[in-house]
Amino acid sequence: MNYQNPTEQGYYGQFGGAYIPEMLHGNVAELHQQYLSIMKEPTFIKEFKLLLKDYVGRPTPLFYAERLSAEFNTNIYLKREDLCHTGAHKINNTIGQILLARRLGKTRIIAETGAGQHGVATATVCALKGMECIVYMGEKDIERQAPNVARMKMLGAKVIPATSGSKTLKDATNEAIRDWINHPNDTHYIIGSVVGPHPYPDMVARFQSIISEEIRIQLNAKTGSELPTHVIACVGGGSNAAGAFYHYLNEPTVQLVAVEAAGHGVNSGMSAATTQLGKPGILHGSKSLVMQTEDGQVVEPHSISAGLDYPGVGPLHANLFQSGRGVFLSATDDEAMEAAFHVSKTEGIIPALETAHAFAVLGKMNLKPSDVVVICLSGRGDKDLSTYMMAMNEGLY
Amino acid sequence: MSRLQKIFELKKQNVLNVYFTAGYPALNDTLTIMESLASNGADIIEIGMPYSDPLADGPVIQESSSKALLNGMNMKLLFKQLADCRKNVLLANTGIVLMGYMNPVMQYGFEQFCADAASVGVDGLILPDLPEFEFEHEYGAIIRKYGLNFIFLVTPETSSERIKHLDQLSEGFLYAVSASATTGGATNFEMVEKYLLRLQSMKLKNPLMVGFGIKDKESFDAACKNANGAIIGSAYIKELGKMNDIALTTQQFLKPIIGN
Repeated sequence: MNYQNPTEQGYYGQFGGAYIPEMLHGNVAELHQQYLSIMKEPTFIKEFKLLLKDYVGRPTPLFYAERLSAEFNTNIYLKREDLCHTGAHKINNTIGQILLARRLGKTRIIAETGAGQHGVATATVCALKGMECIVYMGEKDIERQAPNVARMKMLGAKVIPATSGSKTLKDATNEAIRDWINHPNDTHYIIGSVVGPHPYPDMVARFQSIISEEIRIQLNAKTGSELPTHVIACVGGGSNAAGAFYHYLNEPTVQLVAVEAAGHGVNSGMSAATTQLGKPGILHGSKSLVMQTEDGQVVEPHSISAGLDYPGVGPLHANLFQSGRGVFLSATDDEAMEAAFHVSKTEGIIPALETAHAFAVLGKMNLKPSDVVVICLSGRGDKDLSTYMMAMNEGLY
Repeated sequence: MSRLQKIFELKKQNVLNVYFTAGYPALNDTLTIMESLASNGADIIEIGMPYSDPLADGPVIQESSSKALLNGMNMKLLFKQLADCRKNVLLANTGIVLMGYMNPVMQYGFEQFCADAASVGVDGLILPDLPEFEFEHEYGAIIRKYGLNFIFLVTPETSSERIKHLDQLSEGFLYAVSASATTGGATNFEMVEKYLLRLQSMKLKNPLMVGFGIKDKESFDAACKNANGAIIGSAYIKELGKMNDIALTTQQFLKPIIGN
């Protein structure tokens, strides 16, 4: 099976497709017809790579984590996406999509955001290119993530609260899609993860694939082989994992480990471990695994990290799960918090709460001294400082 | 000939289709609303199956869906409520169409859903997020097996070639969305007229029903000028939300629209 490229209709195995109302057909079809040819244009590639280098700060380092390696008696490398401009991998995708939007002649950009990282990354590239930017964000998330709301506003974006449903990421995505329905000509929707109707999952995965493209080169320089034994990444929608896995998807010796947010525990009723709790369904325009009631109503997940707090998962990942190509683990809120503090003290890197989930499974993996493990350090922890401070004030860490 | 086709055979103009959300305003209002609609001039009744994430809907229908779900509406209950509806003389010849989203239908079991819908006397289905590729390769055959008519949507942005294709796949009628918008928005009928004239000139096989933004006599008449009829949704839901007597509310709402 080819795990990397979806079919013409956007299917990875049984997952994917474009389950959209007719009102979105024009926009999605235009994107479908043009994204691959635009992404292959030499001028596009040149502009994209130059911005990744001079603006984002790529390539991001691959860092040998000596003390963590000693602790787990193995070899651990950290792919430092936290060092990207705006503090996470999200900007790899927004740079790509803003360049694509301009080539499509769009003048208005919309985006959804949960914790605000993708919103900030979108507002940033809109400022860079002088485009109008509207970010939909759940009313609850606006309250929880005030610093990122302020960042977006300072960057010139308009932040519109999503007041429908549960007022979080899922509803912000609904509102962004409704906005797109109402603006069929001038607007491009920059989706932040490998979700949504085809071609979004494939397009976003391709923009994020720079992560594993660099890992292969950097790992080869350090170890003499491009292939690690394991790649570990956290998964909400799954964009950083898609990027870190991408150039290893068809390398069967590389174990791909996706870590979902278990919240209070997979079976607690307060979890976001979609592959464990979800059933095949349709959310936000694609068929994937979806957390839902018996009646097919989408349920509100829970995770301490807003970036993993999503009731679906990208169709690429649903296929990795179903086919057995990917190993899906999970970490609870508490395990992620503990890992965040541990990584901070051990390696001098404060990770985002999302990223901390990826570190939290190291102890569950029976790693060997000969193993070479790459962890995608998808974002830095500045945005989670208030959560970390609360934990410290409670004397937990 | 299906019941929907008969309706358009008998009445070529001013066909009135009214939408309501099942389970709203109260869980067991379904039949009362349907009887009221049928006795006040509705030729077709479109029953919304509430969903947590209705992408194509504006705030009014979203809120009615959330409320309906809170009230406890689900598909099994809806089919139970509809079980004897065709025995009701008022509803014997009324078109009944179910409108909803793919996910709840998939969870119910697509084939079981079609079987149960057909057995209670449903005529047609509108599932806006079922794309034509999946319809042609997977679901269309099941829908036809149970004698249901599937109705596709077209918009002012849909190309002529695509309109012809969707018309070929549709049965009963073709749903002409008046503007690229979610439900319940304002509509500019000068623009709609051009679009409807374009549709008419295409010699489509299905009758045309115009929906989105039809809220009163003026918009209904404007839509019907260049189509076989029109669909009213959000405006009626708003009236139902005032929680007065359903029969009276429906009568007062529809009387000026059908003009007698």
